[in-house]
Amino acid sequence: MLDIRNLTVKKAKELLDKKEIEPKDLVDASYARIGAVDDKIEAFNTVLSIEEINTQLNKISDGALYGIPYSLKDNICTKDILTTCSSKILYNYKPPFDATVEIKLKNAGGIMMGKTNMDEFAMGSSNENSAFKNTKNPWDLSRVPGGSSGGPAASVASGEVLFALGSDTGGSIREPAALCGIVGLKPTYGLVSRYGLIAFGSSLDQIGPLTKTVEDSAIVLGEITGHDQRDSTSATAEKIDYTKCLSGDIKGKKIAMPRQFFAKDLNAEIKESIMAAIRKLESMGAIVEEVDVSFVDYVVSTYYIISSAEAASNLARFDGVRYGLRANDTNGLVDMYIKTRSEGFGKEVKRRIMLGNYVLSSGYYDAYYLKALKARTVIKNEFEQIFKNYDVIVSPTYISTAFEFGAKSASPMEMYLSDIYTVPVNIAGLPAISIPCGLDKQGLPIGMQLIGKPFGETDILNIAHAYEIESGNGNVMPFVEGVDR
Amino acid sequence: MNFETVIGLEVHVELKTKTKIFCSCKNEFGGDQNENICPVCIGLPGTLPVLNEKVIEYAIKAGLALNCDIQLISRMDRKNYYYPDLPKAYQISQYELPICLGGHVDIVVNGQIKRVGITRIHIEEDAGKLVHDPYSDGTIVDYNRGGVPLIEIVTEPDLRTAEEVRVFMETLRAMLLYVEVSDCKMQEGSMRCDINLSLREQGTEKLGTRSEMKNVNSFRAAVRAVEYEQYRQKDMLENGETVIQETRRWDDEIGKSYAMRSKEEAHDYRYFPDPDLVPIVLEQKTVDDIKANMPELPNAKKKRYVDELALPEYDADIITSSKTLAAFFDACLKTYNKPKTVSNWIMGDILRMLKEQEIDTEDFAMDASEFALLLTMVDENKINQAAAKKVLEEMYKNGGKAVDIVQAKGLSQISDESFILDIIKKIIEENPQPVADYKNGNKKAVAFFVGQVMKQSKGKANPKVVNELLNKELDS
Amino acid sequence: MGRVTRSEVEHLAMLSRLELSEKEKVMYESNLADILEHAQKLSNNKELDNVEPMTNVLGLTNVFRKDEPKKEFSKQELLKNAPDSDGEGFRVPKVVE
Repeated sequence: MLDIRNLTVKKAKELLDKKEIEPKDLVDASYARIGAVDDKIEAFNTVLSIEEINTQLNKISDGALYGIPYSLKDNICTKDILTTCSSKILYNYKPPFDATVEIKLKNAGGIMMGKTNMDEFAMGSSNENSAFKNTKNPWDLSRVPGGSSGGPAASVASGEVLFALGSDTGGSIREPAALCGIVGLKPTYGLVSRYGLIAFGSSLDQIGPLTKTVEDSAIVLGEITGHDQRDSTSATAEKIDYTKCLSGDIKGKKIAMPRQFFAKDLNAEIKESIMAAIRKLESMGAIVEEVDVSFVDYVVSTYYIISSAEAASNLARFDGVRYGLRANDTNGLVDMYIKTRSEGFGKEVKRRIMLGNYVLSSGYYDAYYLKALKARTVIKNEFEQIFKNYDVIVSPTYISTAFEFGAKSASPMEMYLSDIYTVPVNIAGLPAISIPCGLDKQGLPIGMQLIGKPFGETDILNIAHAYEIESGNGNVMPFVEGVDR
Repeated sequence: MNFETVIGLEVHVELKTKTKIFCSCKNEFGGDQNENICPVCIGLPGTLPVLNEKVIEYAIKAGLALNCDIQLISRMDRKNYYYPDLPKAYQISQYELPICLGGHVDIVVNGQIKRVGITRIHIEEDAGKLVHDPYSDGTIVDYNRGGVPLIEIVTEPDLRTAEEVRVFMETLRAMLLYVEVSDCKMQEGSMRCDINLSLREQGTEKLGTRSEMKNVNSFRAAVRAVEYEQYRQKDMLENGETVIQETRRWDDEIGKSYAMRSKEEAHDYRYFPDPDLVPIVLEQKTVDDIKANMPELPNAKKKRYVDELALPEYDADIITSSKTLAAFFDACLKTYNKPKTVSNWIMGDILRMLKEQEIDTEDFAMDASEFALLLTMVDENKINQAAAKKVLEEMYKNGGKAVDIVQAKGLSQISDESFILDIIKKIIEENPQPVADYKNGNKKAVAFFVGQVMKQSKGKANPKVVNELLNKELDS
Repeated sequence: MGRVTRSEVEHLAMLSRLELSEKEKVMYESNLADILEHAQKLSNNKELDNVEPMTNVLGLTNVFRKDEPKKEFSKQELLKNAPDSDGEGFRVPKVVE
């Protein structure tokens, strides 16, 4: 059986091109790996049946992702296949249509192996908010994989699939990528269609790839971008082959390092790791300079206010009328609404819905929601100013490495503040990538974030790729406890 | 205490675009339940709205027809509340930046012109329909209407009586039909009216507490609802009770309004800009182009009829009140040069015929050039008025050319003087008494003779010739 | 500022169509208070007062669709997920006006 654990998309394509393997070999290997390891990892909510997979194999003909097995986060609609957002309220929901990104991946010849676990409705940073089960970090099964794309990240890091698509509203691709030691990219807002992504924070959400290497990320990204007339917020940007920008040459590239992101309270090991990576980048010819950002005090609040308000409105449609859960033994319509939603939503989702309704209600709208929209303008402009003189911005991806289950559930606010490095990116709609830059003393992965200007994916991919090659930190896979060791 | 009734209206008008506002489903009335739905308009998760370009064009036309300022920047907002006919649990509407602000409509009530202010017009989506299910004692939701584009027209509280409300609604309807943005059929729900009514002491300025009445489904219902509600509130105030601000449902069958159970505890709609949609930014040129290509509106038409065609204002009013009648009038004048004659026919025989047959003036359809030919035949004495009326009815019922109908029905007018004179002489001979009456000074006896001549000639005698010859004979 | 009262939590629960136990009400009161306390730095920020609010980061405007009908789904496909339906429509408990 093919060793899929160490394969990348790039390598798999080479083997397919040389006819050393066939798509069926890759799929069999993926299926076997899922069978071997998902008991422990629990990355998947739904694994497709052999029939469903074979149907796909029989349909594909060619494409940039021909024969490549992948997983989709369970908030991405798949026709007639369960799409639950890891929530009880959608426990039985099968959309009648595919998300635009899924149509594109199908057209590119990819094989979807299944739908992966997540924080319920994408709200969370540890995947502990899933209504179904906890996904484990492949590096240490007693620890979280990060969230909300914990399932997608774990399915890649455990070698089950060669890439996954996740979604990122405040860091939900980048943070689990960092905690699982893989590459996670959030594209510029509007670059990838949101049609078929079950909405959380409509002005913040983007779908993006989770992969083992930066080059894989470039390959997958190229297949999912493009203007979509079904999405009014979809950008009309020229189609780019991102693999062509991976020159490996970053001489003279200017990298900004926001002082406030490297403050005294940053975890020492993480700081050490990032600084080492920065020195490496400098040794490759990049110029790294400190800059200031003024928004650290209010950026997390801005994020939570905007995302919760939009979520409260987006999730109001889950009422038991047209799809999903409907509570039994209810007394009239309003009771049906209340019981359905109370039974169907978890704690964190309820918390954000109420917060969202609070900041939108009359009397509070101006002070909170409107203020947050104003803060967005300031934050976006501040980034714009920085990008006048710099190509990318560097920061840690997350404040810690993978933590143990239950370690952070006490205080929601504490969890929210941990998103400090990732949320400014979504507020401003910028592209950003998290790449592995080493392990901490416990052997847990540390992620470094590179932020680009709008539609600056080429810049961040190029620099990330150059670093990855030079540092050898790409495609470093964990040995899953009880399976690989 | 003398009370003054203060009324403002919120009129919802369905735009007759081919497709719904945010998806490509057909925009069509009637049809099987849930025949015209898709993932977008039933609010399936993951779907997104995309705005129909025609909706903007139609909203601008409506705004221009109502003399509004078209706002060059407007935006869609979410209005959040829960109801089964609202699939996303929010309605996409316009709150802060509506497409039109500040207009007016002039109405004529009891011969007086009154200006009714328009506060704003905004674009929004319609909700589905709820139908009682007798089998389960539940409710069935049909989303065919969900997502149909609406404009909501809000008036200033300038109306004072039920009659004013009726005239306003009819005038508004005529305007919107003129610019062809809706078929405005209250009975099909493409035009709906919510009535906000309050009372205040005559001569004071402060507005009283108002009630809002919904489910007003016809002009007649609007009149009855206003009359009922002003009486209800007057009664309460005279008994020292306070009017509560509430939404009431008008039941036209019983002729009463009832307080509705509130749909939302506190009406906190939590409006915010819809992040799935982007602002609408218009160029003045776009608005100007639409204005230039708009059909002539009733007021401009009326002015032209009065100033250029020397039509009396009364006639102009009646003809311009209906787009179809005005179009017919204009078409007739293309080949026929007497506006007043056409106008007389329209206001007289045509409107009477439509009323008798219970046909809506908007549904009136007849070949104007043929009708003009008919009028020409009358002018040329080929047929008389009575015959022309018969031709008109036939032409309306079955179409056909005036000439052919006259021929087929043998309606040609007889102007032959010798033929008529023969009949006259015979009648005079046979009726010595009326002749005597006439010679004794009873000039009205002429009518008897005219009647007899017409009878003898089977209605074909040229009345003018009859009168001339008759008078000559009788006077001799 | 930052305090959330019991009646506010109950009102929010109704706006959200949620039923909360006594324990949950206490928890959410405290959670929301914490979050809003932290948000004071945003809501008290006077420098933001005269800034234009931004919803769409791309500054897109005028995204429209042509007025052309399309039918891509059958009624059955769209009723398939309904918790209760009579085959023609979605059924809910009786709605009283």
